[in-house]
Amino acid sequence: MATVTYDKASRIYPGTERPAVDALELDIADGEFLVLVGPSGCGKSTSLRMLAGLEDIDAGSIWVGDRDVTHVQPKDRDIAMVFQSYALYPHMTVADNMGFALKIAKVDKSEIRERVEAAAKILDLTEYLDRKPKALSGGQRQRVAMGRAIVRQPQVFLMDEPLSNLDAKLRVQTRTQIAALQRRLGTTTVYVTHDQVEALTMGDRIAVLKDGLLQQVGSPRDMYDAPANVFVAGFIGSPAMNIGTYSVNGDFAQIGNSQVALSRQALAGLKAEDNNRVVVGFRPESLDRVAPNSDGAFPIQVDVVEELGSDAYVYGSIPTDAPGAGEIHFDAGDSEVIVRIDPRDVPKKGDSVWVKIREGEQHVFSSASGDRLSAAVQTDKAL
Amino acid sequence: MGDSQGYAYDGGMALKITGVVDPALLDLPWSVPLETWPQDTLAALPRGISRHVVRFVRFHGRVLAVKETVSPMAHREFDMLRELGRMGAPCVVPFAVVDGRQDADGEELAAALVTEHLQFSLPYRALFSQALRDDTLDRLIDALAVLLVRLHLLGFYWGDVSLSNALFRRDAEAFSAYLVDAETGDLHHALTEGQRRYDIDLARTNIIGEMFDLQAAEELDNAVDPLELGDRIEERYRELWSALTGKETFSENVRYHLAERVKALNELGFDVAELDMTQTSDGKELSIRPKVVDAGHHSRRLLRLTGLDVQENQARRLLNDLDEFRAVFSPDEDEVLVAHEWLARVFEPTVRAVPREFRRKLEPAQVFHEVLDHRWFLAEKRPDVTMPEAAASYVKNVLPERPDEEAVLGQIIGTVPSDESEAPTETRAIRAWQSLPRTRTGTQARDNHPR
Ligand SMILES: Nc1ncnc2c1ncn2[C@@H]1O[C@H](COP(=O)(O)OP(=O)(O)OP(=O)(O)O)[C@@H](O)[C@H]1O
Ligand SMILES: Nc1ncnc2c1ncn2[C@@H]1O[C@H](COP(=O)(O)OP(=O)(O)OP(=O)(O)O)[C@@H](O)[C@H]1O
Ligand SMILES: [Mg+2]
Ligand SMILES: [Mg+2]
Repeated sequence: MATVTYDKASRIYPGTERPAVDALELDIADGEFLVLVGPSGCGKSTSLRMLAGLEDIDAGSIWVGDRDVTHVQPKDRDIAMVFQSYALYPHMTVADNMGFALKIAKVDKSEIRERVEAAAKILDLTEYLDRKPKALSGGQRQRVAMGRAIVRQPQVFLMDEPLSNLDAKLRVQTRTQIAALQRRLGTTTVYVTHDQVEALTMGDRIAVLKDGLLQQVGSPRDMYDAPANVFVAGFIGSPAMNIGTYSVNGDFAQIGNSQVALSRQALAGLKAEDNNRVVVGFRPESLDRVAPNSDGAFPIQVDVVEELGSDAYVYGSIPTDAPGAGEIHFDAGDSEVIVRIDPRDVPKKGDSVWVKIREGEQHVFSSASGDRLSAAVQTDKAL
Repeated sequence: MGDSQGYAYDGGMALKITGVVDPALLDLPWSVPLETWPQDTLAALPRGISRHVVRFVRFHGRVLAVKETVSPMAHREFDMLRELGRMGAPCVVPFAVVDGRQDADGEELAAALVTEHLQFSLPYRALFSQALRDDTLDRLIDALAVLLVRLHLLGFYWGDVSLSNALFRRDAEAFSAYLVDAETGDLHHALTEGQRRYDIDLARTNIIGEMFDLQAAEELDNAVDPLELGDRIEERYRELWSALTGKETFSENVRYHLAERVKALNELGFDVAELDMTQTSDGKELSIRPKVVDAGHHSRRLLRLTGLDVQENQARRLLNDLDEFRAVFSPDEDEVLVAHEWLARVFEPTVRAVPREFRRKLEPAQVFHEVLDHRWFLAEKRPDVTMPEAAASYVKNVLPERPDEEAVLGQIIGTVPSDESEAPTETRAIRAWQSLPRTRTGTQARDNHPR
């Protein structure tokens, strides 16, 4: 077992200007499950391959435990990359499928059997060891694939989008299995995904990358309740947070035709370069329906209602008289707002519903830097 | 082949087809899982190992490969294969992506990636059900090494190199390998050492696993050492890579060394499109390093001379014969004119000597190659065997005895009704049988340069 440290580690691909990974600083604790997440091209795989020794480190260093591995050969790093894709060999037993990498490494037979049996026990595959893969369910096959990495007993596991080609059901199932297994083994694991839901459900901590730059690292709860900047706020959570840029009037943000009070802390953080503008974010579940024209409330013009059984969402817009008074940008489309509502009281298209951001659930960011100004939000949403 | 999207409304759910414009694709039984498609739509051709369900489907006289997978992956692989094809990489040709499938109860079904079945291709496992020539395995590995080098030169990182993820076609004495599974791949301007190394490691591990599996299935002699085969790919890859990209420094006679280097690359089947030449800092020496190399030196030359579009080693063989023909008959004649003469007098008659019922066994160029071999064999007993004689003897004595491709292709494709079997297909190899000589239509770009 070991800690992993990225100490301002950078990678600049030949022929490119901007580093693919830019001075990454990250301390991963012994036994931790760390998820690297971010949009395509943000440098996740590169970060992982730098740790595996498959990519040069152009500046900074990488440590495994108290060993500087920056210039150590991949095979001497004691790190196992779990292949993104695995093939199970149909004529070989489950045991042989799990142990063949050790056979390649010329580990002796009795040792291989020992390690395979130990892994099978953890994976709940003992009774299948001498069967052929054909006898296994999808989930069990997935576990055999993991068994391949486990038998190597490395200090660190690396996984790069191992679930990307599974169907939704198997993906959810395997995600839980991998996380549970990792906790049982206690092996430090770095896991790459572009899927923030996967990140939230699996990681002890999450590191969000964008354009090669680390945006934030923290627990799933930190990411959700206190995103460090506008990017993280928009990236983590689904449906995505509503985020808009509004002008500030005294202690209030002008949202649509309404005045929404900003927290003292947020106001204190405003600087001249913000130009009296502020970015306000609120999650779809952070809105209460209130009586029309209540203090700090604003109306939403309903476009579409989506009913998902236990939840319902309203997609709509905030009407505004003064052009430029409110701008909203987020995933769902320009100036569209998403509100979670009680599925027992669903409005119709064209209706107006009045909502108010629940006390303490505003996320306020600097319009100049995008950095967070407000305190963490307290929610009890299960992640 | 235009791009479009087609929609068919079936019980309210929209089936969506991206790729080829062919409404007939809608007639395939998309509303049932691929595993349960009726036998009469399927072609029971051999396949490699795969996690996804893959089936071959008869489709208007041709064969398509259908793979069930999640939709984003299917689209990704479709785009990747198309881009690779554009760059001139040896890979299967994408046909369509089918989304929005539903069964009769409205349950969602996996998306499907449809590719054209690569004619005359053999998955490696099919080659083991036949009497193996001792070096077949070596030749397969060598072909995979060439494929990997070619893909890497184009900037393609494969991410899942294995014998299962490649297809093999006979190519004169050797095999040529084609990429079939591009799901995990990525394209970059140029790959780093680490990206290439990872692919090589994967290749090594997977090949060893595949060999262990063949041994477990008792299809491969236990005397074969899988670890040695694994090491072979690495060695072959490194040799070829350094021959193609290595830097050499010379202090004198640079012109000669340069010519030698280009010749050596040509012999390996590559053309040098761009070369870096740098003077060492003291100005006394000159370093040369190929910067852009294009595979297909011989096949391009043959194509230019004859319009025949064949694989590299076949082209090499045909060109040798053509050069001999020229030396004997008209050494001073223009090359292109002689080539036409050779086509009409040597190549076509030889290939046409193959009766229709045998034409599915081998590609024309491969037949020609084998007839040349056969003539060589006959000449040991009697010199001056002519090509027509050699061809006749080959058709009589050798071709019917070829159980291998018959088992793989003949028996199965042979069950296609005969009228359908005569229908033209898009696949070049088959078209070759129908109109000789085969000229490449239009100006198909052969742009092998990394982007
Ligand atoms: N060999 C290369 N040469 C140049 N640029 C490269 C090379 N390999 C990767 N890159 C670039 O580096 C950046 C980071 O790539 P990386 O694969 O680490 O991203 P990622 O976050 O894993 O993306 P994805 O989710 O798409 O896999 C991308 O812009 C990518 O195009
Ligand atoms: N166009 C094609 N022509 C000929 N054979 C094909 C074609 N497409 C697929 N195959 C065969 O089907 C097999 C499986 O296809 P493929 O490798 O794409 O599936 P996969 O499930 O993605 O595999 P993996 O488990 O490696 O991810 C291949 O090994 C090959 O033998
Ligand atoms: Mg495959
Ligand atoms: Mg695949």
